[in-house]
Amino acid sequence: MALKTYIEAIRDALIEEMDRAPNMLVLGEDIQEGGVFRATDGMLERFGPQRVLDTPLAESSIVGVSIGMATNGCLPVAELQFADFAYPAFNQLISEAARWRYRSYNGWGCPMVVRIPYGAGIRGAMYHSQSIEAMLAHVPGLKVVMPSTPYDAKGMLKAAIRDPDPVIYLEHKRAYRMLKEELPDGDYTVPIGPARLRREGDDITVISYGLMAHECLQAAEELAAEGIDATVLDLRTLAPLDRDAIVAAARRTGKALIVHEDNLTGGFGGEIAAIIAEHAFDDLDAPVRRLATPDVPAMPFNGALEDFLLPSREKIADAMRDLAAY
Amino acid sequence: MTTTDTRLESGTSDLYLSMYRDMVRSRVLSDRMFALNRQGRAAFAVTGQGHEAAQVGSAYALTAGADWVLPYYRDVGVLVALGMKPYDILLGLFAKAGDPTSGGRQMPCHWSWPEMRVVTRSSVIAANLPHAAGIAYASKLLGRGEVTIVYFGEGATSEGDFHEAVNFAAIHQLPVVFFCENNGYAISESQEKQMAILHVADRARGYGIEGQTVDGNDALTVLQTTRWVIEECRRGLGPKLIEAKTYRYAPHTSSDDDRRYRTRAELEEWTRKDPIDRLRNRLLADGVLTPDADGAIRAAAQREIDEAVEAAERAPDPPDDDAFRYVFAEDA
Repeated sequence: MALKTYIEAIRDALIEEMDRAPNMLVLGEDIQEGGVFRATDGMLERFGPQRVLDTPLAESSIVGVSIGMATNGCLPVAELQFADFAYPAFNQLISEAARWRYRSYNGWGCPMVVRIPYGAGIRGAMYHSQSIEAMLAHVPGLKVVMPSTPYDAKGMLKAAIRDPDPVIYLEHKRAYRMLKEELPDGDYTVPIGPARLRREGDDITVISYGLMAHECLQAAEELAAEGIDATVLDLRTLAPLDRDAIVAAARRTGKALIVHEDNLTGGFGGEIAAIIAEHAFDDLDAPVRRLATPDVPAMPFNGALEDFLLPSREKIADAMRDLAAY
Repeated sequence: MTTTDTRLESGTSDLYLSMYRDMVRSRVLSDRMFALNRQGRAAFAVTGQGHEAAQVGSAYALTAGADWVLPYYRDVGVLVALGMKPYDILLGLFAKAGDPTSGGRQMPCHWSWPEMRVVTRSSVIAANLPHAAGIAYASKLLGRGEVTIVYFGEGATSEGDFHEAVNFAAIHQLPVVFFCENNGYAISESQEKQMAILHVADRARGYGIEGQTVDGNDALTVLQTTRWVIEECRRGLGPKLIEAKTYRYAPHTSSDDDRRYRTRAELEEWTRKDPIDRLRNRLLADGVLTPDADGAIRAAAQREIDEAVEAAERAPDPPDDDAFRYVFAEDA
């Protein structure tokens, strides 16, 4: 066992998989010097410039050439520097990668991972803070994962690299050095798809993913001291979605709160709420609640405004108290 | 612009006859696909009449099955030259279950043929150029000798993906041929509405690579140029850009009316430069082809397409449940 941060877990996964698979490579902007968050630190020296590839500043082709590499026997893991800069690559992700297998009737596959740092709370303002998961999880043919712990970050990245289809791997920037965990030595994977119950309680259910799942768990521990016992479901994967786990968690308490950092309207919480309404309606004791960033083109650079908009542990705890009292 | 006036190389008459036959087959098939749409038997058609020299000539420079091919939707001739049966192409036209490109999912002529390393493409113009660069990067990384060729119209060169792909390929000196079939129109937009230069090949210089403009209606020139470029790529001297100047005789697709934007006089002028007539006259003049043999080739092509249409139109549709297959790998 060794204590690892979230970003160390990512780096370890990349290095271990590069050791395993000589056809794997990582590519993106500033990758050779370690990347702006240093996820690929030290990899150039270990694997050389052909497999640790600095690309031009051109997101569409970062994903586009990755699709080509995957088609011709490589396992590319691309990094898009910030989720906010992923939009130029959306055509390649949505019209190309997602439909690669389907449109060729299984003639071609696209075993590619695209790592995308997302999320706010680092004073990154409007173009270094966005959450883009709802747009990507909407697209059939893409797998979308959002691990909330270092253990999952490593295991799910390894699973993504070994997956035969394109996987969008969304990692929260604020998690990189904030989250630490003792990780087992050596190889393990965490399957793409299954959600994980982080906490079991009978009063209310909180459903989240990514860094917000961590915040929800913290809030739940706080509320336990007040006598409110919460179930916390960490989805981990948005696509393919673990619908059964959502329904079971909602049924257990009859009161469901959904939390995400993405803004409210058209956010992934709407999908979760619909699943609960369709399949757990008879077990509900309260309206399904959503806590999300309000519908403004956030985030402002001003720290007070960012804090005002972002869901936080305190706001989650308040929403949980409110729901418990319903 | 380069042209070839050398005598036919000795011992190659079979090759040229084969090219000629594939150009004729491609034309007959394209004409038929359009006609089937006009008769209400096919929902959509997109074809390559007029591009046969560029398509067949370049495809004959490839090592089929080893080199990677990323054609665009007009490239009926490329696929015919690579050996795809008209029957299989027509299964795509009718969107039938056995369509080898997509199982009836894509519009016709959105090629994919894994056995021949023909890579799937979308309708999004230029989006497959980065794929070609990535495939070529993998060839180089994995130490393989294959070359990648990607086909597109001049309209594609306005897209950002064209720039990003050529730039990436140039940086890494990748074995990839960017083959532009410049027919002067992106649907209705003539070339002067698309760019302020006369030759697409001039774009190559901006990336530090070589671009060459060729007469795209001269199959022998296209063959010779593409062969040379592919050899250069195999020797590690890629990438290269070829611009084959040509003209399409049909509307952009069956949903387009080209009379709205092209004069009949212009079409007439290009019809006199028909690439199939040109190769035929050359082969007749050199004694490689006789009028009788030409008649036999044309009759055989008509017969082949007649039979293929009849069989493909009768082929079964995909069952409803088929729509759910292959969103992801099924053995995962």
